[in-house]
Amino acid sequence: MSLKLDFTVDRGSFILQAALELPARGVTALFGRSGSGKTTLLRCIAGLKRQRGGYLAFRGETWQQGKDFVPTWKRPLGYVFQEASLFPHLSVRGNLEYGYRRVAEEKRHFHCEEIVALLGLETLLGRCPDQLSGGQRQRVALGRALLTSPELLLMDEPLASLDAASKEEILPFLERLRDELQIPIIYVSHAIDEVIRLADHVVLIDNGKVIAQGGLQAMLTGRELPFVRTESASTALEARLRTADAGDELSELEVEGQPLLIARHPGNPGQAVRVRILARDVGLALQPPADTSILNCLAVTVLDTQPGLVPSQLLVRLALGGQVLLSRISCRSARLLGLHAGQNLYALVKTVALG
Amino acid sequence: MFGLTAADLTAYWITLKLATVGTVVLVVLATPLAWWLARTKWKGRIVVETLVALPLVMPPTVMGFYLLVLFGPHGWVGGLLESLGYRHLAFTFTGIVIGSMFFSLPFVVHPLQNAFASTGIRVSEVANTLRASPWDRFVSVILPLSRRGFLSAFVLSFAHTFGEFGMILMIGGSIPGATKVASIAIYDHVETMNYGAAHSLSLLLVASSFILLMLIFALNRRYKVAGMA
Repeated sequence: MSLKLDFTVDRGSFILQAALELPARGVTALFGRSGSGKTTLLRCIAGLKRQRGGYLAFRGETWQQGKDFVPTWKRPLGYVFQEASLFPHLSVRGNLEYGYRRVAEEKRHFHCEEIVALLGLETLLGRCPDQLSGGQRQRVALGRALLTSPELLLMDEPLASLDAASKEEILPFLERLRDELQIPIIYVSHAIDEVIRLADHVVLIDNGKVIAQGGLQAMLTGRELPFVRTESASTALEARLRTADAGDELSELEVEGQPLLIARHPGNPGQAVRVRILARDVGLALQPPADTSILNCLAVTVLDTQPGLVPSQLLVRLALGGQVLLSRISCRSARLLGLHAGQNLYALVKTVALG
Repeated sequence: MFGLTAADLTAYWITLKLATVGTVVLVVLATPLAWWLARTKWKGRIVVETLVALPLVMPPTVMGFYLLVLFGPHGWVGGLLESLGYRHLAFTFTGIVIGSMFFSLPFVVHPLQNAFASTGIRVSEVANTLRASPWDRFVSVILPLSRRGFLSAFVLSFAHTFGEFGMILMIGGSIPGATKVASIAIYDHVETMNYGAAHSLSLLLVASSFILLMLIFALNRRYKVAGMA
């Protein structure tokens, strides 16, 4: 049950080469800089680009091999473009129903009312696309794609052309989509915060080559991978909500059996919560400190260290149960702590952001 | 009626029929050509584009002359038809319909080609991801978004044929009831110093052109086509 692909796109000065097997569940992010070939790969998967010699199979069904090619309109997929690209001659309702009407009745898993409710489109149905804001348009485009009841949803930087406010408007819908609809999503992005918030699986693409792929945390904290060498090096921890109201406008999470306090987060106990912790927000101590403003103190074990971005700093990878935490400290601190692999320490976490 | 004879009305009727039939057939036939020109990346398309635009600069009599030779009993087309047991096309209504179609070709292809080009590939791709087959995409997305282009094509082709003179005289001669159109009838009236009849028929052409254009502008305003959102 996966998506297998093998494409080589030769444009002379640029060659995209990707042979991948991706999980057909959850959100898989194709991450890389602009021009790295992510969109081209997505277009190959959709069949919008027919690359000769390509191979593509989804859940055991071959979509492209040799001369066999299933045209896009016969593939059970949805595609959300970077610009919403709504049909200007149709109302919002007309846009939503365009694909829906073209899907056989027995294959319709989603219906207009539920998608309209999921995406909060009730008040927009009678409007024309040119009367909508950027965020509203993208929500309609998303609903339009979902109403074809796709078995695979492809999204090409759906937030890239939106301002910060519109992004925040759409992101919760994308999270609901991921959590409630059980459609595998392939999400192209060059924005790491979107990837941290949405992705379960990450494929790193650079200059047409796949550098690595794996779980989100492994990609963020991998020793040889590019993220640990950036200023905003961070980890994404998978936690569970223990108490939504822990007093003082805080909520208590549990990560690998240890408590972690965050700003109040609504939800039910036991619910999965992903948090992002930047390496620069994590300090280290030999003993759990008393009398400090820092609330979160986690018992960790040193995995390894590597040079930081400046000569005075080190990046330390720490094991927190089965997960990995990053800490950026000065070389002097490391010497004073006697830092070495296998050492048990306490990580002082200053800021925890929701993933 | 207003000093118009039965012969004048017949000429007017033939003009209307010629412009209508010629325009409809031409738009249908030119649509795939315009689509192809708007989409192809083939470098040789400049040759096709030049051929399409040629009637813009050719004197109608020159075009009419060549078509007459081609359509006549000894021309390639006419001769072929004769050998297949059909009649050649010189001095026939069919002949002037085909001639007027060549003559109006650029007036139909250009607006359609522009409309198709400005519709862009993206909408068609979007429809492709929404389970629409190629033909379905053309009918449900491209056609409605190219409405203005089709409207322009119809108006320009109709108006252009409505007033054509030289080429129709060449191919069709001036056979009353078959190829004698209003513009030729007016010329004949002037030739015979019958200014009154010329006035009446001219006025009828002006009035019908005015009404037609006004109808079209009203339609155009009603179906405003927005840009891609």
